Amino acid sequence: MPEKHYLNATYGIRSWLLTTDHKRIALLYLASVTFFFFIGGFFAMMIRLHLLTPNGFLLTPDMYNRMFTMHGVTMVFFFLIPSIPAILGNFLIPIMIGAKDLAFPKINLLSWYIYVVGGLFTLWSMVNGGLDTGWTFYTPFSTLYSNSAVAPAVVGVFITGFSSILTGLNFLVTVHTMRAPGMTWFRLPLFVWAHYATSIVMILGTPVIAITLGLAAMERVFGLGFFNPAMGGDPILFQHLFWFYSHPAVYIMILPAMGVISELIPTFARKRLFGYHFVAAASLAIAVIGFVVWTHHMFLTGQSTYAAVAFSFLTFIVAIPSAIKTFNWTATLFGGSISFDTPMLYAFGFLGLFMIGGLTGLFLGALGVDINIHDTYFVVAHFHYIMVGGAVMGYLGGLHFWWPKITGRMYPEWLARIAAFILFIGFNFTFFPQFILGIMGMPRRYHTYPPEFQIYNVMSTAGASILAIGYLLPMVYLTWAAFYGKVAGDNPWPATGLEWKTQSPPLTENFEVTPVVTWEAYDFHNRPDLELDVPSGKGSPGVVAPAHGDD
Amino acid sequence: MSEHEHTEHIVSPGTYLVIILTLLALTGITVFAAFVDLGRFNIVVALLIATIKATLVVLIFMHAKYAPERTKLVIIAGIFWLALLLFMTLSDYATRVDYRGVRYPLTQIISHAIERRG
Amino acid sequence: MHRTGALYGQFKTLEQQKDTATLGMWIFLVTEVMFFGGIMLAYTINRHTYFHAFAMGSNTLSLGLGGFNTVVLLASSFTMAMAVWSSQTSKKGLITLFLSLTIFLGFVFFGVKYVEYAQKFHHHLVPGKNFDIFYCVNNPAKCSDIDAADMAKEKEELEVAAKADPDLNAHAQLYYSAYFGMTGLHALHMVIGAGLLFWLLKESVAGKFNAEWNNPVDIVGLYWHFVDIVWIYLFPLLYLIDRHK
Repeated sequence: MPEKHYLNATYGIRSWLLTTDHKRIALLYLASVTFFFFIGGFFAMMIRLHLLTPNGFLLTPDMYNRMFTMHGVTMVFFFLIPSIPAILGNFLIPIMIGAKDLAFPKINLLSWYIYVVGGLFTLWSMVNGGLDTGWTFYTPFSTLYSNSAVAPAVVGVFITGFSSILTGLNFLVTVHTMRAPGMTWFRLPLFVWAHYATSIVMILGTPVIAITLGLAAMERVFGLGFFNPAMGGDPILFQHLFWFYSHPAVYIMILPAMGVISELIPTFARKRLFGYHFVAAASLAIAVIGFVVWTHHMFLTGQSTYAAVAFSFLTFIVAIPSAIKTFNWTATLFGGSISFDTPMLYAFGFLGLFMIGGLTGLFLGALGVDINIHDTYFVVAHFHYIMVGGAVMGYLGGLHFWWPKITGRMYPEWLARIAAFILFIGFNFTFFPQFILGIMGMPRRYHTYPPEFQIYNVMSTAGASILAIGYLLPMVYLTWAAFYGKVAGDNPWPATGLEWKTQSPPLTENFEVTPVVTWEAYDFHNRPDLELDVPSGKGSPGVVAPAHGDD
Repeated sequence: MSEHEHTEHIVSPGTYLVIILTLLALTGITVFAAFVDLGRFNIVVALLIATIKATLVVLIFMHAKYAPERTKLVIIAGIFWLALLLFMTLSDYATRVDYRGVRYPLTQIISHAIERRG
Repeated sequence: MHRTGALYGQFKTLEQQKDTATLGMWIFLVTEVMFFGGIMLAYTINRHTYFHAFAMGSNTLSLGLGGFNTVVLLASSFTMAMAVWSSQTSKKGLITLFLSLTIFLGFVFFGVKYVEYAQKFHHHLVPGKNFDIFYCVNNPAKCSDIDAADMAKEKEELEVAAKADPDLNAHAQLYYSAYFGMTGLHALHMVIGAGLLFWLLKESVAGKFNAEWNNPVDIVGLYWHFVDIVWIYLFPLLYLIDRHK
């Protein structure tokens, strides 16, 4: 372990709570995001336990509404949206571009405090009346009729939105103005491109949900009438405004995970990423096109059929850049030296599960089909395949991959592989039956169901308990590894990014001397400093020996 | 690639004076135009004048005219996204056959076309 | 506490720092465009659907006060631009003068807004239980600030509007929702701007700004101009609907 690094540079609680070091802020986020993940997981457990029987023995209908609402609100706003950007993005982006910190370190810390305050507001509302409107807060139920703590919850989400906006702002400006000499746009790691695209979505989308929730809160508290039919207002307007953000929000959740995968696959296939420029462009395309598909959440509201056709078409178009990325990742594997370290296991899991989740999105985007499967468990399965099978796999893969950099120590490899398998199996048992339930017609957000659906619900709940173990294991061993794991060294994999040229854990200022970049991204063949077993000579690129992790 | 090599362009007070007088004049024209019956074009004229005023403020008061290309891209992106929000949402309302008894012009065109087809 | 003009650790040059902060403010303003854009959308759809109610509501606003406030804000943009110029040319006294003028004009705006809002409360034009668009014509004694000629005009307009829209009272609340929502958000942003201006004033009096370092004045100026642009749109949208009747 190096003598001096960002973890032991200064001591005391003030040095953590008042830090402006992006790496410490990332760890602050890790702690708070994990806390909210547990809370969201608790609500998930309540849902799945209740759904073991068709007549719901565990919860009253009102309580059930609160469970799925608070599960959604917590997981979407307090786990999925911040997770990779605020933890891995914060930690890695400055190092990956050769900078000492983000452009606005104090705003970065403010971002975290805003997240915490928003989270506490929302938490308070959860224990003081709860929230039963669905995470989508549809009006007029949320504004006029719900008896739950809508106003404080909405305020909490509103506040947390600013955390997202400030993080996105920080990332955008940092990538523009803080790159080290020689770090041109097309030498940037795709992780950075992914976060750049994500930041565009954060900046352009989040303010719209802010005003939407603000208007809903003002309607509930002060009697403004935009969504109130009695005054001539339109609940569908709320849905337009809500989904204008909330659809791009799902790209906030998946783009960073795709960025992680773009780092993992070249590293563990020992091969340059296939089609770097296309993957970078695809990230931007997803961000942009993602803004013009939102009414596919509203196909059954009575909206204009002509508009629905246009949005359905655009929904099919937005799948194309994702497909391009998936093909490029797969092409990267072809002819590579593949090793199955834990991060790579998560990457493989991502590839398969994201593909299923993404393709089922196309079923939902088809107008005729959507009439039958809208608001059924098909939708629930679809988005869990992408958000858990995709985003969370990316998150865990990234955590494992960069854990040695963050802590200076390796996690236990075999235990981690077992945990990854448990997670994969548990995940599929939880959510695949839900596709079947959806096609059979089981509606979502209902506290009871016809008895013929029970077998699949029981399977799903059983799977969820296995999935829970798959989540708990990394939390335990990653924490253990941070203190007692094997010392990792600068570059245990080895991987090609600039972050692997610093010590593990890095110095507070990241680099003693500002690096000058002269190499391309993922270029395993021209990096003698990595001491890889590279066949010499011109002609065919030759195969590089596989990654060896901690051996 | 550092994109920040530009010397600061200082706009003169004289220019600012011309702009503020123009803005005040345009305000007067807006109010005057509001009292002329232009039917459905009243709003068009009002928004047009407002946009000219806003453009002057952005270009001269906010120095966008002398800003790096990147800044101009940010501004255009912002305006474009606002347009996306407004026009894509209106595409729903404007093409509904009957929204609250009000027919948007576009809907009327579509409805007439359908009716004529039989 | 940071010291204005000092080079922060993550930057290499003052130029980079300035460039970064300016880009940051522009991106932030884009978020504000989208923020106001949401309520603009609500306004747009409802104005089209309930044109008579919106026209009626707009005509209850004082064109004089609204126009005056527009002039005040435009002038404050001018004084703000002059403050930036003064800092670029190291004229310390003028920086303080122009910042003070900008703050003063901002407060004039608040004062007029307060008068307008108070009037609306008094006339039962705030959305909610007490809302009644017919309140003043039915109770002229209670609305003594409207003179007889204007009262007659309003009564006539109300009759026409009520015939065109039988649910006028309900729909008019949508206009006032837009009015209070948009001007309220705008005023909130101005309050934040005023706070920033006070901070700038303090720093300028302490001599912190000159040709070498004037970035904070510049970026607060950007924010203030944006708030002015919002009002440039709000004025015709709220005050000038169907005035030619």
